[in-house]
Order: sequence, then structure tokens, then C-alpha cells
Amino acid sequence: MDLFLTYLKVFITGGIICTIGQVIIDKTKLTPARILVLFVVLGVVLTGLDIYKPIVDFGGSGATVPISGFGYALANGVKEEIDKNGLLGIFTGGITATSAGITAAIVFGYLGALISKSNIKK
Amino acid sequence: MNYTKMGMNEKEYTEYVESKAEKSSLLKNCIIAFIIGGLICVIGQVITDIAMSYGLEKKLASSVSTISLIFIGALLTTLKLYQVLGKFAGAGSIVPITGFSNSIVSPAIEYKSEGFVLGIGANMFKVAGPVLVYGVCASVVYGLIYYMSKIFF
Repeated sequence: MDLFLTYLKVFITGGIICTIGQVIIDKTKLTPARILVLFVVLGVVLTGLDIYKPIVDFGGSGATVPISGFGYALANGVKEEIDKNGLLGIFTGGITATSAGITAAIVFGYLGALISKSNIKK
Repeated sequence: MNYTKMGMNEKEYTEYVESKAEKSSLLKNCIIAFIIGGLICVIGQVITDIAMSYGLEKKLASSVSTISLIFIGALLTTLKLYQVLGKFAGAGSIVPITGFSNSIVSPAIEYKSEGFVLGIGANMFKVAGPVLVYGVCASVVYGLIYYMSKIFF
């Protein structure tokens, strides 16, 4: 039952964040690229304002899997590295915290392109 | 005709119908985005929980989950299945990290014909590049504010 409740929270949190994205797309006709940028920056800002952390505590992956969670990881990484190493943390924290995702995206993206047939452009 | 009964002329009626249709398609889009987006997040949580059951600490487990989701997104994009999902799931497929993965793999495949360096290499980050640029810059601004507030307060 506890497990079910956890997953329900994840589902609802992730669902709501994606629904916000859908409303923005339908109402403003923003392109996906702009949506992604908007959500990452929002994630950083909301983390800075201590609003995103409670959402992560409540919704787990529901808050970290959406791209706003990438912003949360960036901001959180910067904060932790500053606490540990001082000023230098501003430069090292963000990418360190998100390195797994970035490297995975590059490697799998490259492999995907390698094994795909190139689209002949008209 | 129906619309004359409602006290509208033909043009007003068309506008009325269109506004209704727009509302219902917004609602439909939102419900689909909610379900698909929610489900992708649940998959992420399941992977995190499995990784943690193998004794990984929370942070590493969540890295495993991120890598797995990016792999799934890349695989589905390569198989041209993510585009099918994207057509009806909208933001439900764009906002999760699988959509970020899709935004990298999809131009990489599309521009392969232009070569390995200037095709794949240069175009891979067409969409993800701006995301990293603005994400990292925002985090540096936040870092500066946080650092200052630590010194002065």
C-alpha cells in the first residue's frame, strides 16, 4: 500500500509538471526547444527559492525526471560544491551533478546516429 | 438550423464551435500529457527503487535511473517510435528527460548525411545546447547569490 502511494505521488507530480508544459504549448505556441529551456531555468530558480526541494521530497522521480529536475540537479550541485569548496563550487557544481545525464545523452545519441540510416534531405 | 435557434448568425456559430473545440482539445491534450508524463516518471521511480534495492545510495540510484531513461529515449528515437509517441503525447513526451534525450538523438540522425563532425557532432546539441547554456548560466547566477548570502548573512 505504501509503495502504491509512493508511485501515485510520483505519477501525479510528474503529470502535473507535464500538464503545465502542455498548457504553455497550447496557449503560447512555444516550440519544444523553448519549453525545455524555460523548464530548466524554472527548475534552477525554484530550487534557489527553496520551492523545488519540497516538491522533490513529495514526488520523488515525478519532480526529478521532468527537465525542471535537471535544473534542480544543477542548482543543488552548485550549492553543495559551494558548501564544500567555496567560490570554486560555482563553476564545478552544476556539471558535476549532471555529468551522468549529459554523458549518457552524448554517447547514446552518437550510437543512435551511427546505427541509423541517414535521412536523405529533400 | 440549430444555430439560428441559439440566436447566432452563421459566423458567430462557427466561432462558438471553434472556441469549444479549442477548449476540448486543450483538455484532451492536457489529460494525455498528464498520463504519459506521469507514467514516464513512474518508470524512473521504479528504476531508482530497483537500483536502491541493489544497495546503491540514493544519489547513484537516481543517476542510474537518469541514464536508463536517456537510453530508453535514445533507443525509441532511433527506432522512430518516440516520434509516434510525441505526436499524441505532446508535452508528456517533451518535458521528461526522455524528451531531452530525443532532442539530442533526433538531429544527430537527421544530419548524419552531412558528415560525422559537422553533421552529427555539430547538430547533436541543436536543442539540448540552449538547454545546457541557459541551465548552466542560471545555476551560476544562483551560485553567486548563494555564495554572497553565505558571506554576508
